[in-house]
Amino acid sequence: MLEGLIGGLFNGISIGAVLLIVALGLAIVFGLMGVINLAHGELMMFGAYTTFVVQNVAKSMGGIAPDLYIFAALPMAFLVAALLGLLLERTVIRYLYGRPLETLLATWGVSLILIQFIRSVSLPMVIGLVIFAVLFLVGRWVLTRYTDWERIQSWANPVFLGLSAAISVLAWVLISSGTSAAFSRAWFSTRNVDVTPPSWLRGGISVGDTLQFPSARLFIIVLTALCLVAVYWFLNGTAWGLRIRSVTQNRGMSACLGIPTGQVDAITFALGSGLAGIAGCAVTLLGSVGPNLGSNYIVDAFMVVVVGGVGKLVGSIVAALIIGVTSYLIGSGTMALLFPPTAFFQPIIDFFTFFATTSMAKVMVFALIIAFLQVRPAGLFPPKGRSVEL
Amino acid sequence: MTAQVTTQPRRAAQASQKRKFMIEAIAVIAIALILILIMPMFLTGFRLNLLGRFLALAIVALGIDLIWGFTGLLSLGHGIFFALGGYAFAMYLELNTLGEGQLPEFFGLYGVTELPWFWQPFNSFPFTLLAIFTIPAIVAGLLGYLVFRNRIRGVYFSILTQAALVVFFNLFNGQQKLINGTNGLKTSTSVFMGQAVGSDGMRMFFYISTVIALVAMYALCRWLTSGRFGRMLVAIRDDENRVRFSGYDPTAFKVLVFAVSGAIAGIAGALYTVQSGIISPQFMDIAFSIEMVIWVAVGGRATLVGAVLGAVLVNMARSLLSERFPDVWLFFQGALFLIVVTTLPDGIIGWGRRQFGSMVSSALGLGPTDLPYLDDTDTTVVETVAETPEFAEK
Repeated sequence: MLEGLIGGLFNGISIGAVLLIVALGLAIVFGLMGVINLAHGELMMFGAYTTFVVQNVAKSMGGIAPDLYIFAALPMAFLVAALLGLLLERTVIRYLYGRPLETLLATWGVSLILIQFIRSVSLPMVIGLVIFAVLFLVGRWVLTRYTDWERIQSWANPVFLGLSAAISVLAWVLISSGTSAAFSRAWFSTRNVDVTPPSWLRGGISVGDTLQFPSARLFIIVLTALCLVAVYWFLNGTAWGLRIRSVTQNRGMSACLGIPTGQVDAITFALGSGLAGIAGCAVTLLGSVGPNLGSNYIVDAFMVVVVGGVGKLVGSIVAALIIGVTSYLIGSGTMALLFPPTAFFQPIIDFFTFFATTSMAKVMVFALIIAFLQVRPAGLFPPKGRSVEL
Repeated sequence: MTAQVTTQPRRAAQASQKRKFMIEAIAVIAIALILILIMPMFLTGFRLNLLGRFLALAIVALGIDLIWGFTGLLSLGHGIFFALGGYAFAMYLELNTLGEGQLPEFFGLYGVTELPWFWQPFNSFPFTLLAIFTIPAIVAGLLGYLVFRNRIRGVYFSILTQAALVVFFNLFNGQQKLINGTNGLKTSTSVFMGQAVGSDGMRMFFYISTVIALVAMYALCRWLTSGRFGRMLVAIRDDENRVRFSGYDPTAFKVLVFAVSGAIAGIAGALYTVQSGIISPQFMDIAFSIEMVIWVAVGGRATLVGAVLGAVLVNMARSLLSERFPDVWLFFQGALFLIVVTTLPDGIIGWGRRQFGSMVSSALGLGPTDLPYLDDTDTTVVETVAETPEFAEK
């Protein structure tokens, strides 16, 4: 009985840890900046694919590299996702602050582009992208330098953008049709790829006869805890963390006091995206990696943030653990076992058995979340004060 | 007291209003006649079927425009109501094809010997017709009530509707024994009014029904959004707190309009299902529901014509592009989201009105209309001023 309880709790916590590590970046971006980033799952996916690439490199190196690649993959995944997030913030989201519904739609568009990018990325496409970047950036620099940019900006900007895009797409098509199939092959294609965990993460630790703790799950729990500590330290112990918190509380006043709010936004967004990358690296330990990886996690992660209450990391932690344990208890059918199998309890047992699969547990958990929001509409730890009504 | 002063302008405004209404009604009927009488002559059966599907999708777009464009509620879960309507009709067709006491074939695969209780009422056609829009409306109303009651709004509402969508997807996807799970229900081989649903005659029948339903739903939405009710919706969109402080209960209005929108989506779902030949949990895919929103955004929010136009145009582009270059479609769609949101917030109709609006209205003899930004919010204000004496008289 006790072993069953510990086992159940462990499984619940490990589900919660996965939820939390996915939701952590979201809690920062959504909670602190009020930006709904539907491309968060796709940033995760980029983290996962980065891990896949790092693992392949490690495999080709041989020796002990395949056992240690995960320690290289984590910072790489963070970096790739953070840079991508930075690019996203500077080019799109920056223009949409204060319009959350528009941000939501725009980031969904970005997520579609990222999914298709992973599916069809190939050498010619990358060349096309580089051509586009060079043409656009260098060309614009030249134009701003040698023409009356202010005057022609309104029509020159779209024309120039379209022109560089057209040239680079043309280059992409020409290169991919004119070269050998091996050269223009898609790197990842639409099929799922498998990341082999390092050998020391494959087994599990047995305690007693029946208890079994899979190493991968333990690793994710530890990783989540480390990320939490790091984020907590960054927000509360560093100068940039102080600036981020101050901009969160009062943007106008922070700007008056000389805090560069634009830079703060960029850093916050990059941090949240980087955490998505780490989450992506973590979930490669649990299953195969595909272009649609992100959509499996994103809705659950948003639920964690909504239940936890916006703006407080502690809310997300508690919410993730509660949701994790609840969905494990319901999904594994443990709830049905709690009742003595008598005729009196039979309807209750039938009821819980009906929900005793992973996907049906989601149905139940959502119903519970809606019920919970009837009592506490703003989540477990609602923000206090005048900033509530926006 | 102001009535005397404003009599003259009011007469003129009323005349102009009436004229506008006439022009619109004639245009709608003319387009419907073109769709029913002329399109079948030019299009092959396959293309006509596609057009019928797009028009069914345009009906959902109307529903979304009603809650998003006019009331400011962004629902990412309209796939639920769409699929519920589709399932309701498909269940009736499934039972109608069989003889008395027989079970749909798939039940045999899972060892079900008795028709589940919730299938029973779908033996009756009147019940099914009612269920197609009442079940989605009830589900929408309930979900809306539970959410709006707590003043959960904005993006939280969007996220919750999306979560509800995932939940319904899981519910339908996981229940093999009750509604055939992932495989969904096939309607193309079933029988409706003595004919196979997939036959040419039936297809034509459903195509015409779709056009008629679209016109009816357009009229309904037009009626809802033009009167006081419509002004209330816009008021909730623009400043909900103010509406509440003025003594109205925004929750009731929001629940009502969300339910109506769900009902419209249900009708669209039923019409789409019979034309596509299948209903499956794929209709509750997250992506599909967000796409519905972008149709409205492309056409132009808060303009009903825009919703219809956007749905048809985007889906046409989709079928053209994904037939020839399947890889490019997602890039294109993603870019569409970005462009519409960042540079074309009023959609095609809004852009067109700003560019050519005065030209068109003067050509129709409607006098200059002042359309500074988002036309509907602003014209509503103008209309309010023009019509206030009317209410004073009542």
